[in-house]
Amino acid sequence: MSSSAGANGAPVKSTGLHVGEPAPGVKKVDPIIVADGIKRQFGGLTAVDVDHLEIPRGAITALIGPNGAGKTTLFNLLTGFDKPNEGTWTFDGQSISGVPAFRVARKGQVRTFQLTKALGLLTVLDNMKLGAKGQSGESLARAIFPWFWRKEEEAIEARALDLLARFKLDAKKDDYAASLSGGQRKLLEMARALMSEPTLVMLDEPMAGVNPALTQSLLDHILNLKKEGMTVLFVEHDMHMVRHIADWVVVMAEGRVVAEGDPHEVMANPAVIDAYLGSHHDQDLGDPDTGVVTAIKELADDDADESKH
Amino acid sequence: MIDWLLLFSNAAQEIISPTTAAYALAALGLAIHFGFTGLLNFGQAGFMALGAYGYAIATLTFGLPVWGAVLFGIVASIVFALILGVPTLRLRADYLAIVTIAAAEILRLLFTTNTFEPVTGSANGLQGYKGGFEDLNPIPEGTYGFGPWVYNEYDWWVRIFGWGLVVIAALITWRLMKSPWGRVIKGIREDEDAVRALGKNVYFYKMQSLVIGGVFGSLAGMIFILPRAVVPSNYQTSLTFFIYAILLLGGAATVLGPIVGSVIFWVLLSFFSGFIARAVEAGWLPFMSSVQAGQLRFILVGIAIMVIVIYRPQGILGNKKELAFVK
Repeated sequence: MSSSAGANGAPVKSTGLHVGEPAPGVKKVDPIIVADGIKRQFGGLTAVDVDHLEIPRGAITALIGPNGAGKTTLFNLLTGFDKPNEGTWTFDGQSISGVPAFRVARKGQVRTFQLTKALGLLTVLDNMKLGAKGQSGESLARAIFPWFWRKEEEAIEARALDLLARFKLDAKKDDYAASLSGGQRKLLEMARALMSEPTLVMLDEPMAGVNPALTQSLLDHILNLKKEGMTVLFVEHDMHMVRHIADWVVVMAEGRVVAEGDPHEVMANPAVIDAYLGSHHDQDLGDPDTGVVTAIKELADDDADESKH
Repeated sequence: MIDWLLLFSNAAQEIISPTTAAYALAALGLAIHFGFTGLLNFGQAGFMALGAYGYAIATLTFGLPVWGAVLFGIVASIVFALILGVPTLRLRADYLAIVTIAAAEILRLLFTTNTFEPVTGSANGLQGYKGGFEDLNPIPEGTYGFGPWVYNEYDWWVRIFGWGLVVIAALITWRLMKSPWGRVIKGIREDEDAVRALGKNVYFYKMQSLVIGGVFGSLAGMIFILPRAVVPSNYQTSLTFFIYAILLLGGAATVLGPIVGSVIFWVLLSFFSGFIARAVEAGWLPFMSSVQAGQLRFILVGIAIMVIVIYRPQGILGNKKELAFVK
């Protein structure tokens, strides 16, 4: 169950993140990302059409929505991996509209991918070292002369080993990343992202394809990021996880933000139920989408559970 | 009867021949492109042609000294790399393959056309550019060596210079690939989006890789023309494929692989062509004319490439885990 959290019980939720009533595009007390009028069209299809969105700093924000809602597209736009047809957005007060992905990453906004991108034929340790920012040995002119970067490399290696130990991958450090299991690759990708000392970590479906045994450890790692002062934005389908760790939830459907709020309130929002089940969900249209119904039912059970405790 | 001793001695000569050195250096450039960065460059022949023609034209037409001619060839290949890279390196790898194979052919045809005959020598090519290089030769006149390796002072000078360049290039490549720069490059080979997400300017790294490998190709072109003349028909697409064969034979993501591959390739090629030619003369292959026999060795090269890719995709020196040609 989701309530069986880490060693110290249920995670501490951040509250008081927003100003005024929670609604799509609500103002935040201290936003780290502010996006305005972002529109991305693929031919005739409008994949993302967000009027205003603020992501609160120092909290864990979940981006949820049914398949095809535009979550990953919005992710790609915010990280510079895709360019919108129109719109502006800022990160930490600086405009990053149209800034290429690698520059966005250098500013401290690092992301992972839905389909894990472990660099398979590099060792686990090399994967980690690659994550460190501003390495002088990465310049061609200095690369040939190791004395320019040897010290720095040692410091990076020490930091990488430390992180690997935290993620329990230290025994694998000399193996090729290709030999890791799917869940370990997710861990490696997250650890590698941390090597760049980010302020905002964006995780695209961190739980997809992770076996239940690893789920708890991944959850704890995400909660730890917040503890260390980082902001987390993640896309997720696993409602238990969203409810368990998210401080704030943004719901997207058909490219638009349809609801925002704290996880408990937002699940009860009629717009969210519409988004997942369709607005005619109370009429009998034949076989309902059992997966979604189960998810919503489980959430209701969760709520009942938690109110009992 | 077949003169086996002559056959073996001819094959042994290929071990240190300048042509072997040229192919090794070109393959090393390709190792940087293909083996380490994952760039599918099918235009290495074009880079070699630029080195060869750049050196010869700079010497004959512009009257530059040796160092100036070498520099001219290098600059030409850098410009060529930039022209190829700027539009294609943002796209997927396959596009670079198409563009490079076409661009190398365009170059060869430009060198062949009659329009520029006074400069390029058209189909006859260029010669008479070796004077400056000969003057630099510190070796006194005479013949030296032992066994099958007996050459005059010029031939030794070409071999020492050529293999010297190969060793320097190999050392540079080895250092680069052990550095954080090499780590980024290998990361790009695996997944460039992941590397981009970590704040590396992938486009810039790919361009650097294309330029370095191209310069190695250009230097290889210069070594290649020292023992012969510059002839445009030497720079056909098949040259690129021979270099790929060498690279895959030795191991694509290795530094020594291209060198070992080149030596093995040339020794075997020389042995087979010598053997087949003599076997036809001796009447061992009655169904074959001597012209057909001359082509047979290339069929053998084709078969060799297939066998390598199927049974030993990582090459002789490659680590099977690190780079298999077919993933």
